[in-house]
Amino acid sequence: MSHIATDVLVVGAGGAGMYAAIAAARAGAERVLLADKSLVGRGGATVMAQMTVAAALGEECPDEWTAHLEDTLASGRGLCDEALAAILCRDAPARIREMGEWRVGWARRADGRIAQVTAPGHSRPRCCYVDFLNTGPAVAATLRRRVANIAAIRRVSNLNVTDIVTSPGTADGTADGTADGEAIGAVALDVAAGEPVTIAAGAVVIATGGLSRIFARNSASANMGGDGYALALAAGAELVDMEFVQFFPIGHLAPRLVGMDPIMWDPFRYKLGGRLLDGNGREFLADYGSDERDGYTTPRDLATYAIHQEVAAGRGSPHGGVYLSFAHLPAAALADAFGPVIERLARNGIDLGRMAVEVAPIAHYHMGGIAVDERMASRVPGLYAAGEAVGGANGANRLSGNAIPEALVFGERAGRFAAAHAAARADRADRALGWPRGAGAEAVARIRRLAEGRPGAAQPAALLEELRALMWRDVGPFRTAAGLARAAARLAELRALLPDLEIAPGRAFNPTLVDWFELRASLAAAAAVTHAARHRSESRGAHQREDFPDTDPAWARRQHVHLAPDGTFAASPAR
Amino acid sequence: MSAPMAHLRIRRGSAAAMPRYDEFVVPFEDGQTVLDALLWIRARRDPSLAIRYSCINGNVCKECTMAIDGVVNYACITRLRSDAPMTLEPLPGKRLLRDLVTEMRPPRERVR
Repeated sequence: MSHIATDVLVVGAGGAGMYAAIAAARAGAERVLLADKSLVGRGGATVMAQMTVAAALGEECPDEWTAHLEDTLASGRGLCDEALAAILCRDAPARIREMGEWRVGWARRADGRIAQVTAPGHSRPRCCYVDFLNTGPAVAATLRRRVANIAAIRRVSNLNVTDIVTSPGTADGTADGTADGEAIGAVALDVAAGEPVTIAAGAVVIATGGLSRIFARNSASANMGGDGYALALAAGAELVDMEFVQFFPIGHLAPRLVGMDPIMWDPFRYKLGGRLLDGNGREFLADYGSDERDGYTTPRDLATYAIHQEVAAGRGSPHGGVYLSFAHLPAAALADAFGPVIERLARNGIDLGRMAVEVAPIAHYHMGGIAVDERMASRVPGLYAAGEAVGGANGANRLSGNAIPEALVFGERAGRFAAAHAAARADRADRALGWPRGAGAEAVARIRRLAEGRPGAAQPAALLEELRALMWRDVGPFRTAAGLARAAARLAELRALLPDLEIAPGRAFNPTLVDWFELRASLAAAAAVTHAARHRSESRGAHQREDFPDTDPAWARRQHVHLAPDGTFAASPAR
Repeated sequence: MSAPMAHLRIRRGSAAAMPRYDEFVVPFEDGQTVLDALLWIRARRDPSLAIRYSCINGNVCKECTMAIDGVVNYACITRLRSDAPMTLEPLPGKRLLRDLVTEMRPPRERVR
């Protein structure tokens, strides 16, 4: 069996993971292992991001990070972890300017200033981008180049981390019996070989992104099934704000669009405004208190709500969304704003000068995640988180443009503090090179057992489909006590099926083996979302309860959950 | 009139075994992609079909590169056809791992 020893293990190689690896190496870690279940730097959300990046650079008009923070807190509907939000806004300008120095190619004005536009929820032009629709791909490519030039970073693709390994309880185990061990490494599935790998690490950073893939309608890449939340829970960490899933209001719905991300319309809304129309061609946002007289200003939670209400009232478009139209604009304005994208749209049969497209809400981002302190440390010693995997900074509703800064800023801190933890544990790391007897044995045995293949009552791939449909229907943009209870019950049944699912024979690149681990993780993440959504008996930001439509001031608090010894969720004391 | 269907011939197997071609019939909708059809097959017909994909429809990850009717292309941006069968094969010139999956990782990015 392969065994790898490293100072810092980074799980997930999107924007946050790649930056965490860079920062760990910069902080002196001599061995950094950057592992991804997909290909390093190609998967995750960063590479998909076609929109903008918020940072108080003040290129267009005076700006301060404190103003960015004010907007972030307002958008978060009173729920942001203010310490994390402040770090995000304070450090974003340095990270964004650094990306510019690394030649990401921010769009610039004729005089050389970085161009910044006003995205919804921002009090001034603060959001930079790479034209056209290239922000995320350019950020990912820039980080891939940096990572490739750092000798201390070892990249491994198709390495699917299945379990964080903790030391068997600390000497001063707590009185309530939780006795969290310290993170000492991980067990992973080497997908290409179909074999387990053990990884001894001085510290572990979870940078696996969010969970939007657990919803049938999503803007996710394949590896956004909530892996990191499941890993953190099983290791003894807490999750926070799990009920707050951001549904992006104007995901592309029809006509079928190929070769483009479904969230692609937003940058053009920034540039051109555009009109949202119901099925009869009538503008409706004003009915919900957002007239857009001053341009594209409607926050995501309100737009999602308005579109849902229009569709529910029978005023939707043919495919069950609403229309987005730029047809009122002159052809020259469209050509200027869309550039080469006009051609890509034409290949999909879309002529914006003549027609509207259909759009509808899709799962896009997770505000919730692993509970961390200002060092990005979870409550499990040695276990850190970065990027979207972190919960709390964005409260009940993320402000546009805060996701990539979060990846870079939190990645930088997680990598730096994880390296420091690993250095302080140098004695332990040396012992870990030998890998304590029996460490991770159960996880290794599970991979070996499943990789043998076996007949079963159902297929993991089919249950993943069911899970996504269930979550969309019952735990999606609008929730009720009955729907949430139904989801919780079915999730428990699906979880009970895990030991009896079919695995195809053949070890090498066995997709059913990967499906099984994804299903296990997605079920845990889905259960955490459902649990938190059931408890929050109010509507706030992205969490909308049809049976509790109002915001309740008594609920202006975050919910932390962890796994109890019997495998159920337990609420941590309010704080 | 029956609903339109797409017919796919997919090369299966590993480097060690004799290749075989499996045939699948997939419900066809205008505008669908080859990757849409492969995901439908995995969820509803044969989950053991190995494919590589990540970004699904953004054409940014390049993982779903394969030979489609003999021409190397991305499954996520190639439109499905219902008027003639389509043949899908792994990327030529790369080591075959399983079905449509080839070794795309640079040697440095492997466990060993």
